[in-house]
Amino acid sequence: MPGRILTAAFLLSVSLWSVPARAETIEIEMTNLAFSKAVANARVGDTIVWVNKDIFAHTATARNGDWKVTLPPGKSGSVVVKKKGSFEYYCEYHPNMTARLVVAEKKPPKKK
Amino acid sequence: MRRLFTAAAAVMFAAASLAAQAPKPTDPQIAHIAYTAGVLDIAAAKQAIAVSKNKDVLAFAEQMVKDHEAVNKQALDLVKKLNVTPEDNDTSKSLTRAAEAKRTELAKLSGAAFDKAYVANEVAFHKTVNSALSSVLIPNAKNGELKGLLQTGLKLFQGHEQHAEHVATLIK
Repeated sequence: MPGRILTAAFLLSVSLWSVPARAETIEIEMTNLAFSKAVANARVGDTIVWVNKDIFAHTATARNGDWKVTLPPGKSGSVVVKKKGSFEYYCEYHPNMTARLVVAEKKPPKKK
Repeated sequence: MRRLFTAAAAVMFAAASLAAQAPKPTDPQIAHIAYTAGVLDIAAAKQAIAVSKNKDVLAFAEQMVKDHEAVNKQALDLVKKLNVTPEDNDTSKSLTRAAEAKRTELAKLSGAAFDKAYVANEVAFHKTVNSALSSVLIPNAKNGELKGLLQTGLKLFQGHEQHAEHVATLIK
């Protein structure tokens, strides 16, 4: 029991300590030839995961050429965003599928 | 040039017959038309895969095979589930005739001339089917699930039309 409390305390302290640096994962589905989020918000360092729930292959391709993820039917793929800015992206196979990713700067570290 | 007019006339004829078909198509006829459009596009893609050497054209054609096979498999599963037997009709017949004429015409071409004609026809074919889907097939579909599948089909075909337009810009 004390061990468990200690573990919990340790995990809590680690998680508190790591709050400023923790990157998040943002999931975007591709269903029925559309991206589930027309606009998704992220911060530099976050991971964007696209989950293709369609029976067709798709891509998530940045218009500026920064990244491209190819997703066979039923698969997922991801990128870690490295630059802030507003990125339009689309599916190269079905260019009527479009969406936007808005990337803000990393959260400033909290004071301990 | 004359050939171009013939192709344009064939597409317009198919579109006109889609719009003018009376009485309004029934669900078994609608299912047949949508399925036929997919089969015809797969046949066109297979011709391109056999003839073309252009990597963009080949990638596009391979995608057409995969996408249309996937959606047609869904269509078959749906008609089976709904106990609907797709019914041949004048629209399916005229689409098929126009596509066969196009295939014969394309068979005389090779290289960039083939690529250009194939991709231009893909743009035209998807436009024809899209206008049929949005103005005739979707509004007349009685069954909700069939309507839903046609709506997915419309988004898919619109995507293919835009993709074909993009591929057309890549052919030198």
